[in-house]
This record gives sequence, structure tokens and C-alpha cells, in this order.
Amino acid sequence: MIPAIRVEWRKLVTTRIWWVLGIVLFGYIAFTSALFGGLFGAIASGAIGPEAAGGEAIPTDGLPPLVYSTVSAVGYVIPLILGTLAVTGEVRHGTLTPTFLAIPSRARVLAAKLIVMLVAGAGLGVVGLVASMGVGAGVLAVFEIDPQLGNPDIWAMAGRAVLAMALWAAIGVGVGSLIQSQIAAVIVVIAFTQFVEPILRTAAAFWEPAAQVGRFLPGAASDALVGASVYAMFTGAAADPLLWWQGGLVLAALAVLVSAIGWATTWRRDIT
Amino acid sequence: MSGTTIEVDGLTKRFGEHTAVDDLRFTVEPGRVTGFLGPNGAGKTTTLRMLLGLVAPTSGRATFGRRTYAELKDPLRVVGTALEASSFHPGRTGRDHLRVLAAAAGLPDARVDAALEATGMAEASRRRVGGYSLGMRQRLGLSTALLGDPGVLVLDEPINGLDPEGIRWIRGFLRSLAAEGRTVLISSHLLSEVQQTVDEVVIISKGRIVHSGGLEGLETRTSVRVDAPDRAGLAAAFAAAGLQGSILAEGFSVVGTEPAEIGAIALRAGESLSLLQPVTEGIEDIFFQLTEGEHAVGARVTEEAGE
Repeated sequence: MIPAIRVEWRKLVTTRIWWVLGIVLFGYIAFTSALFGGLFGAIASGAIGPEAAGGEAIPTDGLPPLVYSTVSAVGYVIPLILGTLAVTGEVRHGTLTPTFLAIPSRARVLAAKLIVMLVAGAGLGVVGLVASMGVGAGVLAVFEIDPQLGNPDIWAMAGRAVLAMALWAAIGVGVGSLIQSQIAAVIVVIAFTQFVEPILRTAAAFWEPAAQVGRFLPGAASDALVGASVYAMFTGAAADPLLWWQGGLVLAALAVLVSAIGWATTWRRDIT
Repeated sequence: MSGTTIEVDGLTKRFGEHTAVDDLRFTVEPGRVTGFLGPNGAGKTTTLRMLLGLVAPTSGRATFGRRTYAELKDPLRVVGTALEASSFHPGRTGRDHLRVLAAAAGLPDARVDAALEATGMAEASRRRVGGYSLGMRQRLGLSTALLGDPGVLVLDEPINGLDPEGIRWIRGFLRSLAAEGRTVLISSHLLSEVQQTVDEVVIISKGRIVHSGGLEGLETRTSVRVDAPDRAGLAAAFAAAGLQGSILAEGFSVVGTEPAEIGAIALRAGESLSLLQPVTEGIEDIFFQLTEGEHAVGARVTEEAGE
């Protein structure tokens, strides 16, 4: 198993995709956390919003987790794409063939890829947290809001965000195995994460029975795992979100399920 | 270095109704270069992929020293493989491609560099594969095959895409690998491409073996050119006698029979001949005839006459 993991690790680090996506994630999260940090900070400090209009100030305690969790709430698409490309890229360039010649046990190759992608997703999580906590804390401090960097709850949330990002990369491996065309897979990933699920979650928030189901949507489960999300704040919810560990189990189950379907399709078939 | 024997035992692959490979049986011995020949679509690649565990056979099995590929403990150290020259990620360097696979067998980077050195790819391997010519990809594929210093080499169309200098080089290289005692199996759709390199051939057509063994047997084959004013009548006589051969623009080419025998058949049928000429055929002609499949001359002519 160790050699198979080493093979998959070398595959990851010998092409450019990992650092390209790392830079994209860093920039994306730095931007969104600055945006939300600035927006909430301005509202909380009374520069804009209800207080400026003579209303109540919003509480500031909940702001740091909201800003820091942008790493997973908006950034989860990046590890998902990394995991997807890790499979579709191999199908596209025919590199599964030499891999299977070197390691005839295809189950071992798939397991190694899942493990390496979990690690890579966690790595992206750390990169994203450096962006969201670095930039977010700075912006909050500008508005004289305590960034709570000494609060253990904040660091526990950061740990759960890393776990969520790891699981998303593993889900990507399953998605890539399922949809082998690189372009089709990337389009499906972006369409689902950016349009389909947000619309479903928003729609479900208005009707209680739908909300019971809607909280099992992968993005909602991911937000539940992390425990904070700007998204949940905007849409509200007609049902309580899942507990953090339930959210984690939903993501892990999804990763196992799509990988199992991928196993039955891409991984076991004849390589002609 | 001594290679193991490859044994192909009744390999069969069906894709739905279509039988791509039909009960192939042959052995490939160490210390020799064996050519696996046939036109495109004859089932060569499918056979090689079954040999390597990439395609599951419908029935039969192929073994390396009595083990199937999947049963080999450290496959890269036993069997070196180069399939089509396109299985590389264009953004990865040639050297890194080998390093990825070296990790599977726990081979050190020194082994990677030695394999690249052996094919003259040491310098180019630092660049990304995306910029390689077909010849460079072939050499990189060959380096991949040599990575684990294996006793068996299975190479799919290794000469395809090489320039004349590269072709000369690879011929000598394959000979030297066999001389070291390794088992070398190379496929090709052109007999002329490998004719000077191989000790033995296995020729397949439409998934079946049509010839296996040395090339000497093929070279001595002759055919007879025959023509008559009444071609349809002559064709009918040949069909009745069960002669094998093909139709030419003018007359027929008959194989496996002496001119005297053909004359006697024509006489019995009351056909006068306008041409009766023995021809020593080029080896490429024979390869072509073998792989295109021989038909009973008469049967085909009668069919055409009936249209």
C-alpha cells in the first residue's frame, strides 16, 4: 500500500495543478474574507447598515467564525476540482495504463488516490485558512472587532474546515471516476456547486419538509461540519442544520458512495 | 539476465458478438526476439493487453513463468512494457514520469537515470513530455519498460514513428536485449519493419494465428500465375479441386500446388491455358496473403460472376 501511495503522491507533485489551484484558492479566499470582513465590520461598527440608520448594532462575537469559514463555505469547490482532475486527467492522458502495469491491484490504486487526495485537500484547507484567517483577522481588527485568534473554539472550527476540505477532495476522486470526460466533469462540478445546490438550499429554506431534506445536501452538510458559514446566514433555514459530526458523516458517506460507483465503472473496466 | 517464457494458452476475447481474439496459443522463448504481427485490427493490441492484465480475457490465460501478470509480486522487475506512445501527461517531465512508476517498485532515482541513459533520453527527460516528438515518446516508453531491469520486454509497435537512424538504433538495441538472455516480444503491422530484427514470428489475422515459427518457412513459398481465355470455367475447375489463392487483374495466383498439377486440373476440365508461370513471392506478399485470408479461388470468381 505504501508504494501505491508514493506513486499517487509523486503524480500529484510532478504536475502544476496543485500549486495553481493553491494560488487560486488563496486569492479567492483572501478576496472573499476581506469582502465579508469589511462588510460585517462596517455594519458592526455602525459605518453602514441599521445602526447608521439609527437601529441596533449587530453582535460582533459571531463575526470571526463567519469570516474565517469562507475557506470551506465558498472554497470547497477547489479541492473538489483537484480530486476530480486527479482522475479525469489520468483518463484523458492514458496514464492509468502504466499505473495499472506497475500496480496490478486496481483497488489499491484507487485507495491510494483517495488517501493522497485527502491529504492534498487538507493541505488546500490549510492554505485557505491562512488566507481567510490572515486577511479576515486583519480586516476585522481595522474595525476594532476582536479577531478571537486566542479562542480555542475558533481553532477547533479551523480543524473541522481542514477536514471538510479533505473530504471534498476525496468526493472529487469519485466524481472524476464517474464522469470521465474532463470538461464534462468540471462543468458538472461548477454547475452543481455554484448554481444547483445554492438554488436548492435557498428554495428548501422556505418550506420546512424540504428543509429537512435540504440540510443533507453536500454543501449544507459541509457547512454543518465546519459549524459556520456566510451562506447559512444569508439564506437562513427552516430546519436546524445537522450536527457537526453528522455533516462530516454525510460528506464521508458521499465520498465512499461516488468512489464505489466510480470503482464499478472507470476502475474495473478493460483498458483498451 | 535470463527471461521467463511467456505462455499464451487459449486466449479469447469477445466484445458482444464480435470475437476479437480467438483461442490464441503460442509461447515466447527467452533469448530471442519474437515478432507479433498482423494488420491493424487483427487483435494484436487486445492480446497484449490481456497478457498484461489490462483487459480481462473471455477465456484462456497468459502467464510469465507460470504466473499471470496480476500474480507477479513486483511486475516492473519481471516484465517491462511499452504500449502506445501516448500514455504520458504532457505537463510532467519524462524523468518524473519514470520517477512516478519507480515508486511502485521502490526503485531509486539512479535506476531512473540509468534507464533514460540507455535510450539516449537523459538530457531530454528534464523537459515536459508535451514538447516531445513521437520518436522521443517512443524512447521514453522504452525507458519506462527498462526501468525495473526486467527479464521480459513486451513492446507494442516500438519502431513506429522512429526516424531511419532511430530504427537502426532500436533494431540493434532489441537484438542486444535478446542476446543478454531476455525475452523480447514486439508487435508490428509491418513485416518489413521487423523482418531483420526478429528470430521468430507469430502472425495473426482476424484474431487467429495464421503462421508461427521462423521466417524461413515463409520465404520459400512460391505461387503459380495462371490464366485462361475462359476464366469462369477455369475458376470452376479450381473450385472443384479446392485450390487456394487469389484473383489477379489478369488471371489467378494459386498457392500450395505445382504448375504440373494445375495443368492437369485444367486438362481434365477441358480448359486451355494462356499462362502458367511459377513465381517466387516476396515475403511481404505472403504476409499480405496470410493476413488478408485466403479464399478458394473459384468460389470468389463464381460469386463475382453471379453478381
